[in-house]
Amino acid sequence: MGDEELLKGAVITSRLDESIKFFDKLLNWARKYSLFQYPFATACCAMEYMTTMGPRYDLGRFGAEVPRFSPRQSDLLWVVGTVSHKLAPVLLRVYEQMCEPKWVISYGVCASSGGFYNNYATVQGIDCIIPVDIYIPGCPPRPEQVLDALMLLQKKIDCEKADWRFSRKKRDE
Amino acid sequence: MNRELILKIKEDFANDIISFVEDRDMPVFVIRREALLRFVTFLKECAEVKMEQVTDITAVDWFKKREERFEVVYHFYSYTFNHRLRLKVNLFENDAKVPTITEIFSGANWFERECYDMYGIIFLNHPDLRRILLYPEFVGHPLRKDYPIDKRQPLVKLRRPEESRERP
Repeated sequence: MGDEELLKGAVITSRLDESIKFFDKLLNWARKYSLFQYPFATACCAMEYMTTMGPRYDLGRFGAEVPRFSPRQSDLLWVVGTVSHKLAPVLLRVYEQMCEPKWVISYGVCASSGGFYNNYATVQGIDCIIPVDIYIPGCPPRPEQVLDALMLLQKKIDCEKADWRFSRKKRDE
Repeated sequence: MNRELILKIKEDFANDIISFVEDRDMPVFVIRREALLRFVTFLKECAEVKMEQVTDITAVDWFKKREERFEVVYHFYSYTFNHRLRLKVNLFENDAKVPTITEIFSGANWFERECYDMYGIIFLNHPDLRRILLYPEFVGHPLRKDYPIDKRQPLVKLRRPEESRERP
């Protein structure tokens, strides 16, 4: 077997790449199991959110235990319910006040697409205003859907690449 | 409301009542705009009628269906006698103004603001006629039938256009 054949499909990594991967993994593991949430609850979906937070479905099992009512202390924004054009600047402000890294979950059809409100008052999906990571359909969604969304978000966080200082230096070179 | 009372009101305001219907839930009076304040004061102060609460004030837009485009609708309720009354005033589009009843029923304040917000009806002598539900930057009155159904007035810059979904 020649050398070329041996190297086919292999990825050549340096020690630096390996260590970055290791620290990425470590950091993402820590982040995905300690999501501090900001519930931006505006409508009836909030009831279902409370159910999911409660003892029966217990969102705390997935590490998303504490709701923080200050955007500066939270890294996961739940937009739970209808957002009107009057409320849009508030939502944008809350989002901008959150520190990086931050994620957004759009909870229910109203937040995701405006739902059945297609009128002068309602924003047709909060992705008109802020970027969204996960959409949950349903009016309101079942708690199982919410748990599924949280697990999907955890998967997404797990794949994220952190912006390490030494990796940035490497990129600049 | 019993028959005798309705007859009494009809007699007292014979010149001001345009039409009267005994609807299935309550009697409905359509009245001239000039007599509105006098009529409402009567409803509140007459010992036999004694309307203590204005339950709702709203409007109807009869766009292209009636010559008098707007119809302001008042609902009154009496706790003492447990009876109700509906009152309507017809308005032309170019003169959509009606005197406020805030001085008689202070609860009418916010109802009239809402009615102004949604239909653009001016309540004369209202103490604070501002928009109540929509934001001050909003142009137009959304519950008017000629307000475009797809028109949006966002306050923040949108990341993507809000295309309206097709209706089947």
